[in-house]
Parts: sequence; C-alpha cells; structure tokens
Amino acid sequence: MTISVYVPRDSGALAVGAEAVANAILAQAAERGIRVELIRNGSRGLYWLEPLVEVQTPQGRVAYGPVDRDAVPGLFAADFLRGGAHPLCQGLTEEIPYLKAQQRLTFRRVGLTDPLSLDDYRAHEGYRGLARALEMTPAEIVAAVTESGLRGRGGAAFPTGIKWNTVLEAPGDIKYIVCNADEGDSGTFSDRMVMEGDPYLLIEGMTLAGLAVGAEQGYLYLRSEYPHAEAILDEAIARAEAAGYLGDDLRGSGKRFHLEVRRAAGAYVCGEETALLESLEGKRGQVRAKPPLPAIQGLFQRPTVVNNVISLASVPAILDKGPAFYRDYGMGRSRGTLPIQLTGNIRRGGLVELGFGVSLKELLYDYGGGTASGRPIKAVQVGGPLGAYLPADQFDIPLDYEAFIAAQGTVGHGGIVVFDDTADMAHMARHAMAFCAVESCGKCTPCRIGSTRGVELLDRIIAERDKGADVAQVALLRELCDTLLNGSLCALGGMTPFPVLSALDHFPADFGLVAETAHA
Amino acid sequence: MPANTNNIERSNSLVETIVESHRHRPGALLPVLHEIQASFGFIPKDAVTPIADGLNLSRAEVHGVISFYHDFRYVPGPSVRVCMGEACQSMGSAALLESAKALFGDGVEPVYCVGNCACAPNVEIAHAYHGRMSPAKLTSLLAREVAA
Repeated sequence: MTISVYVPRDSGALAVGAEAVANAILAQAAERGIRVELIRNGSRGLYWLEPLVEVQTPQGRVAYGPVDRDAVPGLFAADFLRGGAHPLCQGLTEEIPYLKAQQRLTFRRVGLTDPLSLDDYRAHEGYRGLARALEMTPAEIVAAVTESGLRGRGGAAFPTGIKWNTVLEAPGDIKYIVCNADEGDSGTFSDRMVMEGDPYLLIEGMTLAGLAVGAEQGYLYLRSEYPHAEAILDEAIARAEAAGYLGDDLRGSGKRFHLEVRRAAGAYVCGEETALLESLEGKRGQVRAKPPLPAIQGLFQRPTVVNNVISLASVPAILDKGPAFYRDYGMGRSRGTLPIQLTGNIRRGGLVELGFGVSLKELLYDYGGGTASGRPIKAVQVGGPLGAYLPADQFDIPLDYEAFIAAQGTVGHGGIVVFDDTADMAHMARHAMAFCAVESCGKCTPCRIGSTRGVELLDRIIAERDKGADVAQVALLRELCDTLLNGSLCALGGMTPFPVLSALDHFPADFGLVAETAHA
Repeated sequence: MPANTNNIERSNSLVETIVESHRHRPGALLPVLHEIQASFGFIPKDAVTPIADGLNLSRAEVHGVISFYHDFRYVPGPSVRVCMGEACQSMGSAALLESAKALFGDGVEPVYCVGNCACAPNVEIAHAYHGRMSPAKLTSLLAREVAA
C-alpha cells in the first residue's frame, strides 16, 4: 500500500529546510523498500512547526514538526508512516488547537490540498463559485459581493462591491482586472500563502471579477521576492487554460478571461494602486493623482479593478455559499474574516484566519504564546511598516477597521509584528523614516524630502537622548509628521508618521523624554 | 580584440532577441529588463539604446525605469541580502547584517521583507531564502558559500 506523505513547498517552509526533509523522506523510504506518495502541499500556516510533515492515516492526517533532515531516520524508526509516537508528533493536524479554533474560509484548502491539482481543487469546493457566476448577470455578481460586506484586504478597506460596480458602469469595451500581489508590508505573507498553496482560488477570484465587470484580461502584479509563487501561478494558469477555466470559452459559456503574471521589480511604493498601474504600463512606479479613479481610468486609461490577493480570493466562497454566509462573520462594518499574520518575536508565529472582532490579546497570547525570547511584549506593530506601534495597555483593541482608526492605527493587510522589551522604539521610528526615504517614488515633496529630514531629526534626538530630550527637535519632528500626514499624495508619505508618532506617544522614554513632555 | 568584439556582438543580438520577443506585449519594458537581467546578471549599459529603439522609447525613459527600481542594476547585484523588515529586526537582523558585512563586505545589502516573517530573521544567499537565522548559522552558511 502506498502511504501519502505531505511536505510543504511553501517558500516559508523551504527557507527552513523543507526540501532537504522531502529528499530525506524519499531516500529513507527507498532504502527501506516502502512506497510513499510525496505530496508537496501549501503550508498550514503553523510556521513555528515548519517544516511540518503530515502522514495520511485512517484516523486522519498526523502532523510531525518541526522536522529537520536529521530527524527523518528517527521518524521512520518510530513508524511515523502509521502515525507512530515520536517527540515531534503533534497529533492529528486538524485537532491542533491553533488550527482547530480558526474560522478558515479563504484559507480552507491551503495546506490541505496539492496546490496544482485541479481535481483536488474541485473536490474541495473549488470552481463552485464560477459555476454559479456563469448563470448570473454581471450586476447580480456585483450585488452579491456588495451584500457580503467585503472590503479591500490590501489595507485601504474600500468596499469591494462598490469598486466593482463603478467599473461595471464605466463606459468602454476594454476593461482590466489587476491583482495587487505586491505584498511588501513587513509582517505579512498571507497573499504568498494563497498563491503558493491554493493558486486556483486566486485565479477563480480574478475570473469572477472579470465576469462581474465585463473584463477579459487580467494581470497579476507579483513582487519579485516571490519566485516560488510565480512558478506555481504560471503552472496553475497553464493548467486552468488547458481545462477551459481560462481562455476564450470559459467552460463552454462563450465568455472569455485571460490572465498573466507580471513580475514587479522591488519598489515598495508599487503596492499603491496607481503606482502599480504605472509599473504595469512599463514606467517608473510613480503615484498618480486621483481623480481620475482607476475604476474609471486605470490601466492604459481603461476602467480597471485593482484588488488585493485576499480580496479576490474571498469572492469564490461568497458566490458559492451566498453573501449572508460571509457577512455573518465579523463585527460592526468589518464583515467576514481576516487572515491575520503573527510574526516577529513571537513563540507561535503563523497564519490565523478569524472573523473580525478578535482582540490583540487573544492573538498574541492565546494563539501566539507570547514572545519567542520569553521576555515581555513591549510593542506590536499592526498593519505593516506604516502601521502604529501599540503598547501592552492597548491589547484589548478588537481587530476591526474602525476601532484601529480610532486608535490612530490601521489593520492594514493584517500583519502583526511583535517586539520584546529590548526593542528601541526611537530606532524603529528612525527606521520608518529611513524606509520612506528609500522607497519614496519622489513625486510629492513631503514624502521625498520630509522623510530624509525625519531621519536627520531622529538621529539628533537619539544622539542627545541620554542627556534628556531636545524638546525643540521633538516639536519639529511632530510638525514634520503633520506635513507628511496632510500633504502627501499617497499612503507612503501619508502614513509614515503613524509608526513615528505612536512610538513617541507610547514610548517617550526611548526618546529621552519624560511622559509629560512627549506631547510638547 | 576580436574575441571582445564577438562578445559584444553576441550580447547585442541577445538583447535584440529579447526585445523582439516581448515588443508586442503592452507595457513590455519591465518583462524585457527582467529577462535581460536574468541573462546577464545585470543590465549592460550598452543595452539601453537597443531597448529604447525596439520599444519606441527614449533612452532617458529606459534609464529612468532602470534607475527607479531596486531590482534593476547596471552592475551585478549582491550575493547576500539580509532582511531588514520590522519582523526580522524584532529578531535581531541588525546583528546579522553586521556579521554578513564582516564576511562579505560590499556584497551585502538589506532587503525589505521577503515574506517569511513568522520564521524571522531571514537572509537570502544566492537567490535562496534562509529563515530562523542566527549570526552563527549565517557564518557557517556563508563559509560554505565562499568555499563553493
């Protein structure tokens, strides 16, 4: 009998040795004359256990992790192919509390299936949304997305259905779907996991967007730091075309949708939608002034839907199960689920998909288990490098777009970076300004020049902080932040003050300030 | 120097072939630059004119794009990149950057996020990512790289 063994091909797992583990399993099996079928799945998102090896048993899949190459002979000796006991055994994968407690809608298949198997995809509810959509009018598809309450998961949280409706109603024969897969925020990898672990989900989501607005061409703008995702997407697109899920006649409906991957070139600002469109057109990735909105004049001046990977990947389930199913998760105006990424100095880092409303405290301690270093958490940064640094007394905030705006923060793309009490927040504030200086597209003055002046100010503050803060320099820094906040063309300059000001407000001592003078 | 002339001719014809294979695509410049860089390891300065001619752009436009994006360069890129995203910094990537520079000097650059933030800190060596890095692990990996 052949035994199925799963070793992820996810690039996170590969970076901690999954390839060597896969090879060692094949070599040991050959040596022992055992037939194994090695399946290279996506990651379950339990990254502290990667490389996570799973074995199919009659009771279900049994997990072992973190496995390194040298542990493989011992696993065979412990009869892991029948779920044998071993110090690395985590029991049945589905019963691991971290995974079991989640509400996986978008990530339902990631890690479970063979990412490139269309049969696997269809056997696990794949392409059911497309089957529904092919019997609906464009307006009905848009209405379903609007009713679901889905908001853009890239960070801006704009209602997806409203954006689609604008493109649907925009005049013109040629329209485009653009997927923003330029996932540049530190602390995020959910887009990557979907692309590497369930590529047909994204392809189906983009196809649905095309049907909804009348677009026949899609571009997937993928960051160059994700070569594994690119290879998997290229292969998945070719297989989907061969099976009639992409091309000139979608499943015999006579409708068309073509899709191609375009590799980005390492500019963070191209995650901003108008800079992304300029880049797709083959130009420098400089931000455009809005209006016109991309929905009216986007790629090559045509009406264009620009959506993040997770937004598009959320749509198939909405069409398959109906908008109410999705809308029933979440809180307030934040409907559905959010794939949250627990990262940085955290004991159990990984992917946690839950309805909106979960508190930071639950995520950091119940799921994350506190810091990896074992020291107290000093701060977390939510929503990428432009997100605020929050101190421990704010960990009761629920993950909700409005609650985070009220706390001068952003949910962003759902990344959470944890820092222990050794972190120097003045240094992190300086890093935010330096990052903005490196990545600024140069179009607007506050961002281009302000970021460099911000680095200089913070260098002066840090140099003097042991003697007590230079209050005049801090006041100047606050004024500069005000200029960036209100005078920048896009979120890069407009939000760089969030990490800077939150560090100043919540961790004044790191700047040599006593609490009262922090707001001087 | 006939050998050198041959090399230049060969690289010119490679550039022209690459441009020709993409010129029908809308927004062809980035795919062209990526393929040239993959072939040569960098963008040869002499390639700017044939790219501009082939895509009906000015040389200034082509140079402008090459100089805008971090990925494109006129000289070979670094062999080692250390992730300096916030998640990797929270796990000590600043110390890693120092260790890498001590071993590799100018061949080391920072990169801002490789998307493996739950297994921080990360480094990239010869286009492969390595997570959960420590200065000691990095030193032994780099020593292997130098020997190779």
